[in-house]
Amino acid sequence: MASNEFQSPYVPNTDPDRRAMLDAIGVDSIEELFADIPDGYLNYDLDMPSARNELDLTRYARELAAMNRTPGDYACFLGAGSYRHHIPAVVRQVAGRSEYMTAYTPYQPEVSQGTLQTAFEFQSLICQLTGMDVANLGMYDGSTSLAEAALMASRLTRRHRAAVVESVSPLYREVLDTYVQAPGIEIDTIPASADSIPDETACVIVQQPNFYGYMEDVDRLAKLAHDAGALLIVSVDPVSLGMFRPPGEYGADIVVGEGQALGVPTTFGGPYVGLFACKQDYIRQMPGRIVGRTVDTRGEEAYVLTLQTREQHIRRERATSNICTAVALIALMSTIYLASFGRRGLRHVAELCYHKSHYAAGKIEEIPGYSVPMDGTFFQEFVVECPTSPSEINEKLLDHGIIGGADISAQVSNGMLVCVTEMNSRDEIDNLVTALTEIGELHK
Amino acid sequence: MTSLLERAALDRRKLLMDRSRSGRIGTTLPPLDVPEAQLPEPSLLRDDLDLPEVSEGEIVRYFSQISQFNFSIDHNFYPLGSCTMKYNPKLNDEIASIPGFAQIHPLQPVATVQGAVKLVWELQEVLNEITGMAGCSLAPMAGADGELAGLLMARAYHLDRGDDKRKNVLIPDSAHGTNPASAAMAGFNVVTLPSDSNGNTDLDALRDSVSDELAGLMITLPSTLGLFDTNILDVTRIVRDAGGIVYGDGANLNAIVGRVKFGDLGFDVIHSNLHKTFTQPHGGGGPGAGPVIAGPRLVDYLPTPVAGRNEDSGEEIFSLDAPAKTIGRMGAFHGNFGALVRAWSYIFTLGKEGIPQISEDAVINANYILSELKGYYDLPYDRTCMHEVVFAATNLRREHGVRAMDVAKRLIDYGIHPPTMYFPLVVEEALMIEPTETESKETLDYFIEVMKQIAAEAAEDPDMLHEAPHNTPNTRLDEARAARRPDLRWRRQE
Repeated sequence: MASNEFQSPYVPNTDPDRRAMLDAIGVDSIEELFADIPDGYLNYDLDMPSARNELDLTRYARELAAMNRTPGDYACFLGAGSYRHHIPAVVRQVAGRSEYMTAYTPYQPEVSQGTLQTAFEFQSLICQLTGMDVANLGMYDGSTSLAEAALMASRLTRRHRAAVVESVSPLYREVLDTYVQAPGIEIDTIPASADSIPDETACVIVQQPNFYGYMEDVDRLAKLAHDAGALLIVSVDPVSLGMFRPPGEYGADIVVGEGQALGVPTTFGGPYVGLFACKQDYIRQMPGRIVGRTVDTRGEEAYVLTLQTREQHIRRERATSNICTAVALIALMSTIYLASFGRRGLRHVAELCYHKSHYAAGKIEEIPGYSVPMDGTFFQEFVVECPTSPSEINEKLLDHGIIGGADISAQVSNGMLVCVTEMNSRDEIDNLVTALTEIGELHK
Repeated sequence: MTSLLERAALDRRKLLMDRSRSGRIGTTLPPLDVPEAQLPEPSLLRDDLDLPEVSEGEIVRYFSQISQFNFSIDHNFYPLGSCTMKYNPKLNDEIASIPGFAQIHPLQPVATVQGAVKLVWELQEVLNEITGMAGCSLAPMAGADGELAGLLMARAYHLDRGDDKRKNVLIPDSAHGTNPASAAMAGFNVVTLPSDSNGNTDLDALRDSVSDELAGLMITLPSTLGLFDTNILDVTRIVRDAGGIVYGDGANLNAIVGRVKFGDLGFDVIHSNLHKTFTQPHGGGGPGAGPVIAGPRLVDYLPTPVAGRNEDSGEEIFSLDAPAKTIGRMGAFHGNFGALVRAWSYIFTLGKEGIPQISEDAVINANYILSELKGYYDLPYDRTCMHEVVFAATNLRREHGVRAMDVAKRLIDYGIHPPTMYFPLVVEEALMIEPTETESKETLDYFIEVMKQIAAEAAEDPDMLHEAPHNTPNTRLDEARAARRPDLRWRRQE
């Protein structure tokens, strides 16, 4: 009776089960259940491969994976918004528990306290880290957090311009462009040294450290924004906050960031978790899920999704965002990561990145033909001006077992954005320097 | 004894910051193997980093203990309507964790990630085939993100043609809240479209609503009532004849996958929730993935990137491209690749034989529940359903003062996750039940018996239902207090 001989391991129904149920329903055939589909439109003819068994599919998946050059097998100096850090084994083991992984959004709090309490932990730790009053349960990634923050600032100020510091990630600015095209928010690109912004600016958006890895003068930008009645939106690297001053201290109104650096593998770009925190006064304009603490009918503390009248399932077209399914499990990974490293550990990781990247920058600057042109304080990334195109250099670096830095020649002539974290051993850095030297000599 | 147990129960709920003891740490730290650089000036640094200090074993015990307060697919029947809480195959997780997928960086030169891009391309192709569409971008990171992408594509399409009057998007009254919210984010006015008494689109109302200001229609097929709209061909024709775009919300694709193709029915653009139909685990609220899949009119507007294949050189070369008139990027990189790998693994495990079996068994299971519970609960639309059935607890409310909420909470006592309740909004006291194809007849029979028993309990002891659930770590919560006095984070007790 089934359409074919194949028995899916994921479907328990057998033909006798189906027959018994069809009899109970009172129909002769399965086709009768699909009678509402217009005549001539039933189409079972799928042009796709036949079912593959577990052994065979795993083998094929491994073949595909083997076609990739994988960081770990290669030394890797890529960052630019996705960062490689050591992830303690507990992160995957605990977040991989099926109680967390195979639960739905916690609309039924009595059977979701695990998800809800860990979400409250996430919000709390993001507040501790950023120095902000409140945080939500996360957006899709750092870039959509930034775009949603711009929309939120526009709602709060009833203004329709956003001033974006030119050192904000070009990828993030592309996502911002996608989000503002319909609401018609105008984007002004400003230098970090700007001393004025257009009237009617809703927000000043700065990245700290900036796309090139360097610290911006955020105190000045905070004053610039606030003097003009605009909000300050800061996009942060959360690991940098292990050592650098948190945005809550310099007057940020909304803090966003890519949470991936906190315990999430790079996974070719996702899933990640967009951090989103703000001042208390603004919570009713926040997008996304928020978990609050309350009591049950016996007076015992418990957690629940709250302030839901902001959200699409209640407010529909007047919601603060359309976001529904977000990234709760990734937020959980970041929570476990922060708990594992804790106060001392995160500081240690941040300092390792700082010292190692400075060691690398110092060595690279000594190589003839290469320079590190930018001044100022950087955290774990810096720009290298190469003697030839970075893509060409990167191709040659592969022969040395190295995946080089990001090619940013669109922003800086022959620019390579080099990222060094605790994952890069001294040997890896020294090998990079040797390889760059050899490649540079070919271009004298 | 009791007080000790009570204390243990309270201790289990203690937050990380309250567990913190100075000097503990939950992992080992690698040493510095290069000379120290000079630290930046102190004004740039912080000295207040206040994060919990806990040992590894404490972390595992804490998170494991509270995890058990969750219901989940692996532990419970989870018939949550329109959410397709089907079994999530373990193979998918294993494949997604292969280092060649999990450890690659999104900005690697495309020549160094040919396997990953090939996988993306294969998934695009198979989704095009399953839905009967022309092209696909896997960039959107959830269903609502796919909706936003699809609507921005519709907007760009109209504007490209100099057609700048098209401001209205029609959305049926039974739609999921993301539909109107996405339409608003994409700059459209939302016009609500009523259903007729059979749960189909009201064609007269539709004809009255179309004009040269019509941008398009967003419609979920089958609808959130679990019904296949028998007017669908008229609906898509009327909208297209009026110059509008037909958007299909694929949240309920599980009902028709492998059986009907959206493209054949006249849809211009749809999204598919990979965390529903294609088994990306829901994770307690994500991550998901919401590929946007387009027909010929909109394919050039897809978000960036779209994977391409070129065989000109005699060997396959894969690329990540920006479509000709792309609306831009939905996120910094290429979408939720980890979710894409899982969907890929699921789809190719089932193959052309297994994909149609999904919808077949999903629909049988839902109709079996319909036929067995009819008479015990009101059935607002008494016709064959698709993958889910919407009952109403209006009979229990009328006769015993028992509401859908009470039925839902009582199910918890029997180890069953509640159905979706009070949705769709057009059904009073709605209980929307989606069993999925991965549940056995034995499980369905247990559920049916429990639902009948709850209907009997409503007559015998309604108060017991008002107080349900009885065996969970917490009883019903004071949600009003949570909203009135927001307490959203840990704070140090003074």
